[in-house]
Amino acid sequence: MFKDQIGKQSNKVKNTVERGAVKKFAEAIGDLHPIFVDEATGKNSRYQANIAPPTFPRVFEYGVIEGMNLPNKGLIHGEQTFHYVRPLLVGEDVYCFSKVKDYFEKKGNFGEMGFLVLENYGEDAQGNLIFSSTSTIVISEAVRKVLVR
Amino acid sequence: MITISQLNVGDSLKEIQLKPVSRIDLIKYAGASGDFNPIHTIDDEAAKAGLPGIIAHGMWTMGNLAKLFTEFYQEGFLKDYSIRFKNMVFLNDVITLQAELKEKAEKQLRFSVLAVNQNGKEVIKGEAVYQLY
Repeated sequence: MFKDQIGKQSNKVKNTVERGAVKKFAEAIGDLHPIFVDEATGKNSRYQANIAPPTFPRVFEYGVIEGMNLPNKGLIHGEQTFHYVRPLLVGEDVYCFSKVKDYFEKKGNFGEMGFLVLENYGEDAQGNLIFSSTSTIVISEAVRKVLVR
Repeated sequence: MITISQLNVGDSLKEIQLKPVSRIDLIKYAGASGDFNPIHTIDDEAAKAGLPGIIAHGMWTMGNLAKLFTEFYQEGFLKDYSIRFKNMVFLNDVITLQAELKEKAEKQLRFSVLAVNQNGKEVIKGEAVYQLY
């Protein structure tokens, strides 16, 4: 049902790696390390800035993929990957977008399951990749029935 | 302090045992991440979804697991980090975070990474590649 969406892409959205958001996020994962939150530690590091935890891109907005209607309930997060060219710096702007990478269906213990692979990207102002991430979302048969248009 | 580049294949990073998972942990993560799916915070919604109780965000556990590497920030960064979510994490579960060095190249260290609950059940599992400068 999402097969026809493969290859579709969202518009780019400008995000900022906000100091307060990084601190809140670091606290929520129990990792209030000075490299994330202490300005002096950041300045004295090789980055000359604070950095964000590797899973921080969860916070960003990635724009809207037209025609993609995902329910906000009944989805299972199956797999997640992050790939970094370099760490994210606190204070920098990141241009983010999302792409439908793949969709396939497989018979499992709970009937026919759908697997949706979304790829997110974060670039600097010049269009250089900073990070990419993939999320594999598992959609159960029950949820897919509701979604059929 | 041990540096990450001194590790040998088969060595493990110092494991971390988290405090029992509390509702406030998950409320905080919901707020910090923007993931307000109510099965992570509200009992009735978890029950409606057929769950025995609220469950942790998979990304909460994945975020926690990455902190095994934070202290080495002067030596490099996490280049690739991939996780499979295997089992649910419930309130009061006690999660232990582990990483073992599997492969060592000149500038890259490949670890297997794992979070297990108090019964030894794997909750998330995957791989991390640490890039040295």
